[in-house]
Amino acid sequence: MSSEEILSRVKKATVEKLGVKEEEVVESASFQDDLGADSLDIVELLMAFEDEFGLTVPDEDAGQIVTVGDAVKYIGGKLAATA
Amino acid sequence: MLLKGKKGLVLSVTNENSIGWAIADAAANHGAEVGVGGQNDKMRGRVEALTEGRPNMKAFTVDFQIDEQIEALVEEVKKTYGGIDFFVHSAAFANRDDLSGRFIDTSRDGFKLALDISAYSLVRMCKALEPIMNEEGSVMALSYLGSVRAVSNYNVMGVAKAALEASVRYLAADLGVKGIRVNTLSPGPINTVAARGVKGLTEMIDYVHERSPLKRRFGQEEVAGSAIYLMSDLSKGVTGQVIYIDNGYNIVGM
Repeated sequence: MSSEEILSRVKKATVEKLGVKEEEVVESASFQDDLGADSLDIVELLMAFEDEFGLTVPDEDAGQIVTVGDAVKYIGGKLAATA
Repeated sequence: MLLKGKKGLVLSVTNENSIGWAIADAAANHGAEVGVGGQNDKMRGRVEALTEGRPNMKAFTVDFQIDEQIEALVEEVKKTYGGIDFFVHSAAFANRDDLSGRFIDTSRDGFKLALDISAYSLVRMCKALEPIMNEEGSVMALSYLGSVRAVSNYNVMGVAKAALEASVRYLAADLGVKGIRVNTLSPGPINTVAARGVKGLTEMIDYVHERSPLKRRFGQEEVAGSAIYLMSDLSKGVTGQVIYIDNGYNIVGM
């Protein structure tokens, strides 16, 4: 999967879960600081990514995902590792 | 349609993955009128989104730590349904720090908080709902095996679930004279947003699925099935019990 496709699917899931506008979901945006996610939203978002991409985000990895770009990079790496 | 003519409450629900939601959904599909609760205004909005377009569902709000809200909820439920036939307690909370590492490090405040929201709330809600509970009513609480085994990271929640299960037995004794039954549903680990608060949940799920007698995945649907049984008259001789919905994991030694 290309990183453009991952980004577009991450954006879609983020818009759905957080109720933010798509143009706000840029790679540099922090889920908590810029997109207003609280800790519950973050967990839900990670679970939405798991469903969307068919992968598991273990607790020890969750801390790596702060921004939208982090999510794209993490998911890309995971998908490449399991491909 | 096992629940035609029955009315009841499921408190609380966080999102579409919540076990409480699976139970509420199944109860409504079996013909029941179901009040679904969120614990605050934010959750109320989510519950409203889930119940929208479901003619036999209604959203409520209650914070189990606030007595005034409990009383107000009971009034609203009474106005809406008259009496109720079932109550599902599907709420628990502990500080995230208390759901990893060593149990011995649990603070006094963390212990109190977990026990208050996760166990005492059942007692308090049963007291508040008793006047509007119909005869032959059914109450159920959601627990987990960590109440009787030491499960890594489950920690203070295991102690809270032990208190919850003991409360179920005492409530069953108190309310039995009115024909009201009180039981515990104890599912194996399921991937919900609440369960993800426990460190290592995804590994726990894989571990249990690999070792259970039934070699397949289980989830919300299986729990909902047992909940429908407990709400229905099929279980009219069952009270004070813990029913495990874990593919049999709890019986396995090695």
